Amino acid sequence: MGRTLAEKVWEQHVVRRAEGEPDLLYIDLHLIHEVTSPQAFDGLRMAGRPVRRPELTIATEDHNVPTVLGPIEDPVSRTQVETLRKNCAEFGIRLHPMGDAGQGVVHIIGPQFGLTQPGMTIVCGDSHTSTHGAFGAIAFGIGTSEVEHVLATQTLPAYRPRTMAVEVSGELPPGVTAKDLILAIIAKIGTGGGQGHIIEYRGEAIRGLSMEGRMTVCNMSIEAGARAGLIAPDETTFAYLKGRPHAPTGAAWDTAVEHWRSLTTDEDAVFDTVVEIDASTLTPFVTWGTNPGQGAPLGESVPDPEHTSDPAAARRALEYMGLTAGTPLREIEVDTVFMGSCTNGRLEDLRAAAEVLRGRRVVTRTLVVPGSMLVKLQAEQEGLHEVFRAAGAEWREAGCSMCLGMNPDTLAPGERSASTSNRNFEGRQGRGGRTHLVSPQVAAATAVTGRLTAPADLDQEV
Amino acid sequence: MEAFTTHTGRAVPLRRSNVDTDQIIPAVWLKQVSRTGFDRGLFSAWREDPGFVLNDPARQGASILVAGPDFGTGSSREHAVWALQQYGFRVVIAARFGDIFRNNSTKMGLLPVVLPATTVEAIQAATEADPSLEVTVDLAARQVRWAGETAAFEIDDYTRWRLMEGLDDIGLTLRHADEVTEYENGRQPWLPTTV
Ligand code: SF4
Repeated sequence: MGRTLAEKVWEQHVVRRAEGEPDLLYIDLHLIHEVTSPQAFDGLRMAGRPVRRPELTIATEDHNVPTVLGPIEDPVSRTQVETLRKNCAEFGIRLHPMGDAGQGVVHIIGPQFGLTQPGMTIVCGDSHTSTHGAFGAIAFGIGTSEVEHVLATQTLPAYRPRTMAVEVSGELPPGVTAKDLILAIIAKIGTGGGQGHIIEYRGEAIRGLSMEGRMTVCNMSIEAGARAGLIAPDETTFAYLKGRPHAPTGAAWDTAVEHWRSLTTDEDAVFDTVVEIDASTLTPFVTWGTNPGQGAPLGESVPDPEHTSDPAAARRALEYMGLTAGTPLREIEVDTVFMGSCTNGRLEDLRAAAEVLRGRRVVTRTLVVPGSMLVKLQAEQEGLHEVFRAAGAEWREAGCSMCLGMNPDTLAPGERSASTSNRNFEGRQGRGGRTHLVSPQVAAATAVTGRLTAPADLDQEV
Repeated sequence: MEAFTTHTGRAVPLRRSNVDTDQIIPAVWLKQVSRTGFDRGLFSAWREDPGFVLNDPARQGASILVAGPDFGTGSSREHAVWALQQYGFRVVIAARFGDIFRNNSTKMGLLPVVLPATTVEAIQAATEADPSLEVTVDLAARQVRWAGETAAFEIDDYTRWRLMEGLDDIGLTLRHADEVTEYENGRQPWLPTTV
């Protein structure tokens, strides 16, 4: 019987397999940031252990960094960032600190440097590590104990997850994005639907996505309960990688591409679970609740909790969100729009948002936070920052920012946002804050009207 | 890690589904660089509500959390496990867990027990009826026992053994350092390094 892509990549990384034990998996790339690493380094020091392969490790500062120029004001945040700097210096790990041209959200910089490549195993103490699966890598989030384990051994003991195919047939209609697609997938399979699985996204609509769109889809695999999501590499993948600083060159490039082409699911491979979705039926999708599975097409209304799969959770969510069943989603007014994060903080996302804002004015507080300093630089070379500023939006420095509000960018209690990030959990963007997850295009159009809005609605208004 | 064989204690019913790790410990608490002091952050937003179950005097000193399905979804923060342990929990029972949370728990010796939703609800109802009810979680026998009832749970042999012995994963892996070196020697030459 044939094998799935995930099974192939997994098998290629098994260092040791023994009856009744988890596989010992080799890790090709380990990404670290300031929040989930300090206790891991402490553990190494206490045990007198070195980092086995510092040259397979890269660090960045992202969660705590302010997005306005200047030092970190919060002493606790500052200590955490300084601790990362000390640890990286002590253990010989490459770090991109605040202000460095290579700094950015951990899941943006890996692909940007060409460090994320097909067929690799990639881990990070961060659940959105699934992003890197867009290249056909097995990439998943780990806890701090596992971060320490990878630092010490460059391996992880793990049981091979089950496999799930998400088959996306048809083409996405104009104005419908990768973000709408993944929100619709999560609403369909539920926040626990992917539990214990690696998802492979397949089908015509997936093949048609850019690398940036594929990263958006894989990024949110964790919100469907799956630890990892991946997409078979193809010409789009190779074209994205070619010429990046850490991509292979010369003859090595050709050998690598030949290997990468073998990374597809065999025709006769069988997935443990198959989910099908028709992309051509999709429209812009937004969330109304407090988990990413609580979403609906923008053209619909806030649902009646009794008609949802988990009425108690939906009732609680509506109460927290201050929403009434039956309210059209398009009538929900927001105070703040956040554009950024590892889900939608890449150049293509900023271009799409700027396109909507060109020649228009925002009526909400609007934060535009590039996912990395390189994204910021490229956007500025294209003049996107001027479009945002002319529209009245704030153009910021790179970081996680309001995706989780560990820096000063937060919502006030009761404040409502449309956000291109990935989590609408209670208090995620600030204590008492209310978050609607949206695509960059919907975020931009919403900033113009102050209500949840799709770009197509704006055209009708003029 | 502290070994776990069997534990008897009082329970706390948490009748909510999809309790994500942002709720277990909000992000502001993650700025600490030490491993201690996270108990104060446990469910800190919810604990502001005097009616929240952890604030019930009858629940003080309880050590088994009995939660709704999909407990520990979302962020990979192991701080959620530290917060639960430091608050005094030794076991979390739920019908389904977030994968990373469950993994993190077993690394730290906090036992995640998966039981069918109806059984979880039966335990919740029993402890709601009598907060002093004692629940026993027996890892050796793979059983949960309360008020004359018994429910069996599944856990793989390897994880059970590791928990019962209180073994450090890194130490176990380092026994196979030669195999890791051998694997490394066969890695594809084009694979990237960060230097
Ligand atoms: S942007 Fe948000 S989701 Fe992504 S790594 Fe940062 S905090 Fe996590």
